[in-house]
Parts: sequence; C-alpha cells; structure tokens
Amino acid sequence: METKPEQLKHVSREESAGYDRKTLDYIRNAAAHGLYEIRGLGAKRKLPSFDDLVFLGASLSRYPLEGYREKCSTKTLLGTRFAKKPIELEIPITIAGMSFGSLSANVKEALGRAASEMGTSTTTGDGGMTQEERLSSKTLVYQCLPSRYGFNPDDVRRADAIEMVIGQGAKPGGGGMLLGQKISPRVAGMRTLPEGIDQRSASRHPDWTGPDDLAIKIHELRELTDWEKPIYVKVGATRTFNDVKLAVHSGADVVVVDGMQGGTAATQTCFIEHVGIPTLAAVRQAVDALEDLNMKDQVQLIVSGGIRTGADVAKALAMGADAVSIGQGVLVALGCNSESYIQDGMHHPADEGYAALGTAAGFCHHCHTGKCPVGITTQDVILEQRLQPEVGAKRLRNYLKTLNMELTTIARACGKQNVHHLEREDLVALTIEAAAMARLPLAGTNWIPGVTGD
Amino acid sequence: MDSLNFDLATTPLRELNQFLHHEAKTGQVKQVTVLNPDGAHNIAVGLDCPVEVEVQGHAGYYAGGMNKTATVTIFGSAGTGVAENMMSGKVHVKGFASNSAGASAHGGLLVIDGDAGLRCGISLKGGDIVVGGSVGSFSAFMAQAGRMVICGDAGDALGDSLYEAVLYVRGTIKSLGADAQVEPMSETDLAVVADLLSRAGMNHAPTEFKRIASRRELYHWNADANQEY
Repeated sequence: METKPEQLKHVSREESAGYDRKTLDYIRNAAAHGLYEIRGLGAKRKLPSFDDLVFLGASLSRYPLEGYREKCSTKTLLGTRFAKKPIELEIPITIAGMSFGSLSANVKEALGRAASEMGTSTTTGDGGMTQEERLSSKTLVYQCLPSRYGFNPDDVRRADAIEMVIGQGAKPGGGGMLLGQKISPRVAGMRTLPEGIDQRSASRHPDWTGPDDLAIKIHELRELTDWEKPIYVKVGATRTFNDVKLAVHSGADVVVVDGMQGGTAATQTCFIEHVGIPTLAAVRQAVDALEDLNMKDQVQLIVSGGIRTGADVAKALAMGADAVSIGQGVLVALGCNSESYIQDGMHHPADEGYAALGTAAGFCHHCHTGKCPVGITTQDVILEQRLQPEVGAKRLRNYLKTLNMELTTIARACGKQNVHHLEREDLVALTIEAAAMARLPLAGTNWIPGVTGD
Repeated sequence: MDSLNFDLATTPLRELNQFLHHEAKTGQVKQVTVLNPDGAHNIAVGLDCPVEVEVQGHAGYYAGGMNKTATVTIFGSAGTGVAENMMSGKVHVKGFASNSAGASAHGGLLVIDGDAGLRCGISLKGGDIVVGGSVGSFSAFMAQAGRMVICGDAGDALGDSLYEAVLYVRGTIKSLGADAQVEPMSETDLAVVADLLSRAGMNHAPTEFKRIASRRELYHWNADANQEY
C-alpha cells in the first residue's frame, strides 16, 4: 500500500482563508434556499473595541480615592436642554430599547423591575408600550419608530421621555423585522397586523424626511407633551459626526449613538456584519460633534452597542458619553445562551431546545425564530414561562449592580469623586487601530495615529 | 363663554396648545377659532377632548396631529402630516393637503376637499380618509387597516405593500404598487363608500368607485423557500 509522503499531510488539508468552512456553508446555504440568512444578536466578528483601551490609574502624578470608603457619585441627568422634566438616574447605565414582540411580556416586566430598583430607565421598542413595562418601570423611554406600530398619544403622555429612532447599530438604514412565529394574537393586535405574517417594518418615518422636517416633528412632540419630556434621537453609527450634529440641529435633548456591535432580534446577517462602524469609532465622532458645536453637557450622549462590563461603561464615560445603554448584556444576564433556565427555583437543562435550533448554548443567535430555549426572545406560551419576572429581575439587578461597582472602582482608581469626571486623558490605546479610531495615544507613547507626528 | 379666539399673529402657538390640552378639557369652551395661522406648524396637536377648532387660514406641518375626539377644521390648505397618527375625532381640510396626510392614523376621519400630495394615508392603521380630489404617488404605502376613498385620480404605486386597509378610487390609477390589486365592489363596499362620502359631505355614486386591496402575497417572506431562513 502506498502512503502519502509525511510532508504533504498538512498541505493536503490546508483550509483556505478566503473559502474557509464558514464561507463554504454560507455559499451552500444560499445555493440551497435562494434567500439570505436572518438572525438575531449583533456582529460576531472581531472589532476594535473598548477592550483595546486601558485606564491610567492614579499613582504619584495623580491621587486616587479610597476604593471602599470615599464617595463616588453615579447620578446622571439626561435631557437638560429643553425639557421641563429631565430624567434623573441613579446610575449611568440604562436598558436599551427592545420590543414586546421580540421579547416576552415576562422579560419586559423583569427589565422594568430591575431598572426601577437600580434607579435607571427602560425603553420600549418597535410595537408599542405594554402595560407590564409601564407599571414596572419607574422611568420609561417611549420610542417613536418608522413603523409607528402601536404608537399612541396616550402612551406619549404616559412616557417619561420620547426617543425618535432613526436607526440602530445592527442595521443602520434598515427597518425592523419580526417573523411570523412571533406575531402572536397579542403582538398582532398591538401592531394592527394579521397574525402570523412576516412583519418587515419601514426604514423611513412616514411623516418626515430629513433633518429640517425632523426639527418640526420634534417640535410637535414637545407641543404635545407641553415641553415636559426629554426628546432623544437615536442613530445607528455610520456618519456619526454629521448625524450627531444634525440631531442637535433638529432639537434633540439627548443623542443615542448605537454602534455596530448593537443587537437586534432579527436582521439579515450581511447587514449585522457589514453595515455600520464600531462603537469605539462612533463615540469619538459623536463627542467631537458635540464639542465642535459647543453643546457638550447641554445635549447628553448615550452610547450603546457592545457595552458588557463595568470597564466598558467607564471607558465610554471617559470618552465623553453621559450614559450607556445595554441590550444584549441584559439578555445574557437573564439567561440568554445559558445551558439551563431557572423555573420554580430549579435549574432545568435547555440543551434540547438549542439542539432543535441546530445550535448550542454559547452560540445561539436564533432570536428571530421565537423558539428561545431559555424563554427570553419568544411569544410561545410554554417557552415564555422559562423566564419568570422575579428571577429575571433579581439577576438583572445583580448584573447592573456589578457593572456600577466596577465603574466606581475604576473611577476611584483614577481619582474621581464622580464617574462623569472620567476623561479622555485617563485612557490610552493598546492597538494602533484603537488609537486611531478613539484618537488616543498608543500606550507608552505620545503617538495618536493621524493626529500627532511620528 | 362658548367660544374663544386665538390670534397667532399676536399669541404664541404654545398658549393655544396649552389651552387646548388643559382648559379646553373642562368643556366650558366648546369652540376655538385660530386666526392668522399663516402656515404655523403643529397647530392643535395632541387634542384629547371633544372641542371644535377652526383654523382660519393655512396650516403648516402636523395640524391636528395625534388627534383624539376633537374636530379640527382648516379653512385653507394643510402642510405635511395633517392629522398624522389620529386616534379618533375628525380633521377636515377645506383646501389642499401636502405629503403624508393622515399618516399612520389609527382612527377618526380625515377629509380633504382638494388634492393630497405624496404618501397620503401611508402606514394607515385604522383611520378613514376621504379625498375630494386626487392623491400623489405612494399613497397608502404599507397601509395596515382603515379605508381611503379617493374621488379623483391616484398617482404611481398606489397601495404598495398593503396589508388589510382597503382603498376606493373613482378616477384613474397611474399604477398600482407591489401586491395591490383591483377587486370587485361588494354590497358592503358600496355601503362603506356611501357612508364615508356622506360623512365627508361629498356627492358621488358609490358605483363609480373601484376597490383596491392586498393580494397578500408579500405577507410571508418567500413561500418558495418554505420559511427556511
């Protein structure tokens, strides 16, 4: 029997970088179905991120605060520009807009309870406001989206702030999507849609086009609410410098910038991975725009998209954000991608549910199917019981508490009595890419690519 | 005092809307006249009581926006988004209406005596719209529920991506949008058109109208793919 020469063993099994197994799968799937892949969550590819930055803690040249004793304020004020009733939060960490429809009513209730206990806000989503989330949320931000599903002046008056959604980081330029499996009778009723259809929302607002119209639209919402409520404008991160300037021009009290790591319940994979810019690049552009207009601190900036840890929060604030918004991290805290779910105080394995979706805990992005094995992104009456509001609320409260403790730990180490005193000067970059995007010096040097000389 | 005048030449819009949101709710003033509107935006937005508002002139964007139970009559033309997201009540434009008239209205009746611009009834969610003249292109785009009666002609792509809203057109349709089709008029349709025309104060024979509704072929992503996305 002839055997292959030893030296060809690896050459004959060399995987192509361009046509790796993932790409082969993609092409085969396209060839089989003639339809692009739709999935949930955010970009999975590796991107320059807050992980590529580190803080310069205090030492001899700076003086730290006692980590466990001295006070460090996390109070956050949003909407101070025009609104008579700005939003006052205990922590600068808010819950991002996620719809009832994409999430179960149990989850919306859990978000509201945890946020209220922590003194922060929750946000509705595409599809209107549920009674559960209004009752459980002390501070609720009501989104006005292109679809206007369930949009209602009574809910505008019941809200604490209004968020005009232009786009989101997972799909800037695209509309929402909710596949038929999740259009339950209640969701269909709230959105005035036939049950079980594949809902694809508009990507443009029905009654305004461009920033000059938006200014009038925002004025309408102000008149309608007697100038009481802050008005946020949310943009997906693309041409962020210009978009933030136009949002300020249109009269926003708060600008929300959502980077490409931001999640979604359902969108084309090509959209999630290939449209938009990373949060790290966007936050610098947004802050530059506010500083350029001399509007920093008059118009507040909320940053979202891939904020997971207290360190991420601290870095966003140091870069110039006033607060952050978290979606996916919140879902993970509730049990997203966990091997088990908690019901009646017991852990129950969820592996069969993942297997039925052709995936496993840790890899799942099947929010769009409505068959969430841990009962979060579902409208199924049996699956939704897998996330009980009290259990979810406790886990989320713990998560937010941890983030806030990490945030103040870092702030004290940098000598700040207030987390909002963290500043760009406290940060350096670990990679050239991050240094260029955030316009921070590469660690150990004074070099900011594109800004300082060699 | 049953009626009250607000002259926008001398009174800020804020005072008018503040009055309509609060004092008008007591019901003491039943009728408010707005003088010299001069195309001001956001006149009488967010009303939430059965007050009658007469606008003596042209209104800007979003006149009568998000109306609930009030009756707003504009003795002139209206800008973009008149009666947008109306919930109930009535908004009547005696002149012409610009783009996105009645956008996403959930209820109530919008009457436009003249023509309406682009995207009339876009995203309609249960409201009724009667247009005495013609409507521009992309009218009733993604309209989900409610009825539109167009006494004149319709522009391009009428009823594109319609859901369950039904459109009635008396004149010619330049082109239908994706998934829209002309259907026969039933007895119910004739009665609906007769009722809406009478409530709008317009005189046409319901038999002169065509019915346009969704083919419902876009309701699902791609039937050929067996939902295997």
